[in-house]
Amino acid sequence: MIRIENINKNFKKLQALSEVNAEFTSGQVVALIGPNGSGKTTLIKSILSLVKPDSGNIFFNNLPIKNEVSYRNYIGYMPQIGKYPDNMKIGQLFSMIRNLRAADKKPDEEVFYKFKLDTLKDKAMRGLSGGTRQKVSAALAFLFDPQVLILDEPTAGLDPLSSEMLKAKVLEQKQKGKLVLVTSHVLSDLEELATDVMYLQDGKVVFNKTLASLQEETGEQKLSKAIAYIMKKDQQKKELSYLKIAK
Amino acid sequence: MLKISRYVLYDIIRNKIVIAYTAFLFIVSISLFSMEENSSKAMLSLLNIVMIVIPLVSLMFSTIHWYNSYEFIELMLTQPISRKKVILSEYAGVSGSLMTAILIGIGLPVMIYNFNDTGIAMLLIACLLSLIFTSIAFFAAVNSKDKARGIGIALMLWFYFVLIFDGLVLMILFTFSDYPLEDLTLILSSLNPVDLGRIYIMLHMDVSALMGYTGALYKDFFGGAFGMLYTLGILGFWAAVPLLLAVRSFKKKDL
Repeated sequence: MIRIENINKNFKKLQALSEVNAEFTSGQVVALIGPNGSGKTTLIKSILSLVKPDSGNIFFNNLPIKNEVSYRNYIGYMPQIGKYPDNMKIGQLFSMIRNLRAADKKPDEEVFYKFKLDTLKDKAMRGLSGGTRQKVSAALAFLFDPQVLILDEPTAGLDPLSSEMLKAKVLEQKQKGKLVLVTSHVLSDLEELATDVMYLQDGKVVFNKTLASLQEETGEQKLSKAIAYIMKKDQQKKELSYLKIAK
Repeated sequence: MLKISRYVLYDIIRNKIVIAYTAFLFIVSISLFSMEENSSKAMLSLLNIVMIVIPLVSLMFSTIHWYNSYEFIELMLTQPISRKKVILSEYAGVSGSLMTAILIGIGLPVMIYNFNDTGIAMLLIACLLSLIFTSIAFFAAVNSKDKARGIGIALMLWFYFVLIFDGLVLMILFTFSDYPLEDLTLILSSLNPVDLGRIYIMLHMDVSALMGYTGALYKDFFGGAFGMLYTLGILGFWAAVPLLLAVRSFKKKDL
């Protein structure tokens, strides 16, 4: 459904993405993980064409997304830090987005009501807490029942109850056969959801495997331990090569 | 596109600055017309105010508004809306509201006190200057991510167009005063929309008779239909080019 071919992106001297290749198909829940600054958000923003890659192509349903707009109809995006017009109220924000999209499908307001955003309709965006902002972002992402969901740190700042609710919603989407890309530093959250794991480091894809094969390879059931195992092995390899050079 | 512009307009009306701007223009115009016995004298004073205030307000308001609606712009771009549409809707909303302010603030008094071709020329140029300086402001704002820098650039541009440019022209005229400079001044005035606008309006006034040989040449050139087309064409060019450049860099920008 989404195919990424040889994407490169530099921010001045910093190489944010280098030769990234990947393919995601519907039914997958891909966990994008990696240390801070490894290029996860840049990759997501490139898929949304908020960031323009220096080279390489991204295809959505086999069509290149360059200069294309309509493919975003099929994507629900929940940003890491939701930025919304300060002087708008929650209710106005939602009616504006619905008006702009003018979708013929009935909007999916389950998240909106479950997070009790309807009781906060008259609250201005400027006064919202981080968690409520996050809830607004989530409700917007799910609003048009999109085929692809891109969630950037969805549970950061949410209380445990809301975070569980969101996870349940993602699971439901997974069962519906949708593609979900999700980044998070809470690996236990991802473990329950993910079918695939893509590990990024310094803008490069270290691996992109199914969760099952990762577990098999490392002999670890827990995602955190499996990742730790791979990182350690990587470290050892590096140290070995350093030792060789030293000798 | 109109849908997005509607939200931009709604936002502008809510922060009330444009309403204050309208009131300011209205009060200044009305007081000038009621203080001066001769309405064409009042027009001359109004012209001088218009030529300073309109570029300043258009530049400052548009730049600051751009930075303030950054969140809105980002939100729009996560929706299936093209970048071109987003920036042009912003432009339409901002320049539309500034032009409305002029049409009410200056247009009403001019229509009451001095409704003739000079008045119409003044309104036309005032509206065009709003379009031009909004477009220049967009160009400055899109190309600098840093807010202070963007506003600084806009201010520098205002100094340049309203103060520095005139000084430069005067310097050239004095240095080369032994040579015939009539054609050169024609070209020089096209390099600054404020000057071109001022000349265009002044030639509709009686004072042009006082401007000597150059004035006569100007009257000859700008007075005819070709002069009018030329002025409007150059001013249109000044509005379109910065906007097109702004659209181009906005399309390539990372958010």
